[in-house]
Amino acid sequence: MENSVLTVDTFSAFFGDHQVLKDVNLSVPKNVVAALMGPSGCGKTTLIRCVNRMHELLPDTKVAGKMFLNEKDIYTMEPIVLRRKVGMVFQKPNPFPTMSIYDNVIAGYKLNGIRHSREDFNNIVEQSLRSAALWDEVKDFLHRKGTFLSGGQQQRLCIARALAMNPEILLLDEPTSALDPKSTSQIEELFVELKKNVTMLLVTHNIGQAARVSDFTAFIYIGELIEYGPTEKMFTVPKDKRTEEYLTGKFG
Amino acid sequence: MISAVFIAGLLFAIALTLFIQAIPAIKTFGFGFFVSKTWNTAAEQFGALPFLVGTLLTSFLALIISIPFSISISIFLGEYFKEGAASTFLRSAVEVLAGIPSVIYGLWGLFLLMPMVRIIETKLGVPPHGVGIFTSALILAIMVIPFSASIGREVITLVPSDLKEAAYSLGATRFEVLKNIIIPYARSGIIAGILLALGRAIGETMAVTMLIGNSNFLPTSIFSPANTMASVIANEFAEATGLVSSSLIYIALVLFLVTMLVNIIGNYVIQKISIEASKEVT
Amino acid sequence: MKDHVRARLIKNYIFKGLVMLFAFISLLPLLLILYYITKNGISVINWDFLTQLPRPIGEAGGGVFNAIMGTIMLIVLSCVFSIPFGIAAGIYLAENREGKLSNIVRLCVVVLQGTPSIVIGIIAYAWIVAPLRTFSALSGGIALSIMMLPVIIKTTEETLKLIPYHLKEASLALGVPYYKTILKVVLPSGLNGILTGILLSVARITGETAPLLFTAFGNQFMNWNIFKPIDSLPYRIFYYAMSPYPEWHTFAWGASFILVVLTLAFNLIARGVSIKWKIQF
Repeated sequence: MENSVLTVDTFSAFFGDHQVLKDVNLSVPKNVVAALMGPSGCGKTTLIRCVNRMHELLPDTKVAGKMFLNEKDIYTMEPIVLRRKVGMVFQKPNPFPTMSIYDNVIAGYKLNGIRHSREDFNNIVEQSLRSAALWDEVKDFLHRKGTFLSGGQQQRLCIARALAMNPEILLLDEPTSALDPKSTSQIEELFVELKKNVTMLLVTHNIGQAARVSDFTAFIYIGELIEYGPTEKMFTVPKDKRTEEYLTGKFG
Repeated sequence: MISAVFIAGLLFAIALTLFIQAIPAIKTFGFGFFVSKTWNTAAEQFGALPFLVGTLLTSFLALIISIPFSISISIFLGEYFKEGAASTFLRSAVEVLAGIPSVIYGLWGLFLLMPMVRIIETKLGVPPHGVGIFTSALILAIMVIPFSASIGREVITLVPSDLKEAAYSLGATRFEVLKNIIIPYARSGIIAGILLALGRAIGETMAVTMLIGNSNFLPTSIFSPANTMASVIANEFAEATGLVSSSLIYIALVLFLVTMLVNIIGNYVIQKISIEASKEVT
Repeated sequence: MKDHVRARLIKNYIFKGLVMLFAFISLLPLLLILYYITKNGISVINWDFLTQLPRPIGEAGGGVFNAIMGTIMLIVLSCVFSIPFGIAAGIYLAENREGKLSNIVRLCVVVLQGTPSIVIGIIAYAWIVAPLRTFSALSGGIALSIMMLPVIIKTTEETLKLIPYHLKEASLALGVPYYKTILKVVLPSGLNGILTGILLSVARITGETAPLLFTAFGNQFMNWNIFKPIDSLPYRIFYYAMSPYPEWHTFAWGASFILVVLTLAFNLIARGVSIKWKIQF
């Protein structure tokens, strides 16, 4: 696919002797939400962790095949350079408890030792928090620790933290699985809004969520990419029998 | 039930015994005991300042020497090598180090450290006693490393992995994650470990007694011979009677109270951390 | 930009190198201590060294038989005093997890654990030596048993806490009285942990010297009477090390070798027990 932000080319991953992903091919165009869905343990989380090479933090992992981020080979880049271009939001909200809200948003710069003027940082913080729809709620106590925020607010703080780095793609690893329904719908609305500026890859085991927010959906089953295409199409006329069974709740 | 009361009673009895036996010295010298620098058995004039200074100097010097090593071991075992041969080797070695009796550290110090310190002292142009505060601090540093290191390792492994992952996902190197995420998070626990090590260093007796030079005068430099609170008791108590003995017990009472305080604070902090960590998991 | 990344990566590797360097430098003293003890100690050890009494300076030969026996006697004595109380207090803490008394006792254990051994020596002196007007093995045993208590209490409590509640319920449901349930069901299931704790605490006190200085004191001769002064390995090492005679210094190394082997053995057995006798619930 031309102009794709992320291209996955016959990609496989192994934990020890166990093959977790088998020859996955996938391509995500700019400014869309692409959802990865499938039963738990199918390898969808592994796939997005391979995009920013977080799997390398675990011992005994191996990959084969290629991945490209805006036509640059992910596996020839320095991981720390790559991870700056790829934002990530985790299952459980994990703001840094030792830092204030302000410092959390610019944590990426602070951690990487990138200096900016106070003014620039103020702008980055405000913009990122506005993009994450959190600015109005926290603007009066930016310099307090973020631990008193609600779960949904904390997760939006983590989204702001990732957005502050201007990532080329944002990885979302079941970002609402630890949240209540109200916070979940707030964050889902946020994704639709964010799409204008950033490309997102969303892992979810919630079929409804994939239907509500994504433009493209991939169905992964036991390490294999069964089907990938526009969400509407897949949910109305699935090509593969397994996709249909999954969507109708026969397993998963 | 009875046994539980017995334990509480035991501790109470210890404190009470020390207090009662120290009363003659407390009556005679009061709190001036801690600012007077004379310790004269013949004139029955006793002040604990030299020993207080000796204890503080050796313990803090020992802590300063030990901190880079113990923190390195904590990071090595808690972050870089959580399992594998290198980790098992280092961990068992540290355990063995903790298990070696104090008197053997003293013996080894007498025959290896003392000549070495003497060479250093000759080069520096100070009187080459060989024994003294510096030598004692060296041996104490070696002895307390296992304590602060094992507590440090524990609190570092308690740092939630999702925080580390978040930092890595923002493009941080391992060093940056350690410096900005792990160490700040584990800071209070690491400090508690150092505090507990301080408690050990203050109360440590045998190795220090053998290496500090047994001098009851106020130390003039970190190379001079001195006595710590514990070592003066070890050196003099067996032959002490009357006011000497009471004064030594007064010192013991202070030693007891100080280590008690240090231990209660250190343990309180560590307990709080592990409770918080167990909450994180659930 | 490129340079910035490279500088950060270099910093990263330098830091890792430093950590590894410092960590392994801390092993140097251990290696040196073990080397010295083996080098100087093993040559002294022979049958006479293990079975004969010390001789006055100037006379060749002699050994540390009295010190070895003394150390064993002290261990036995302190076990006799500390094990019943330690286990009982551990059971109490495990059975009453909340409550004022439990918290007080837990605090006492922490304080007791941190109390300098020299202070314990003074206590044993004040309680036993002064009233009886003589240094004695008994007072040494008491001092050491006070030092063993916190370790035994803690490990007993930790072990018993891990025993599932339903095991106790099963026994109580069969109509077995409470004290019998504890003795026959709970304690045996926690035996390995408790034994490990006892061995660890024995390892801790085997090398203790400070509390013996003015309790068990030291004795050149063999003594079996617990109301008389008794020798011990750590005391003998101290005495020989501080003497001005080179032949006694070599004896100190020999005794150190035995002492280190002894403490390491207790530690190893403790670890073996905790692995091998582990009961799965």
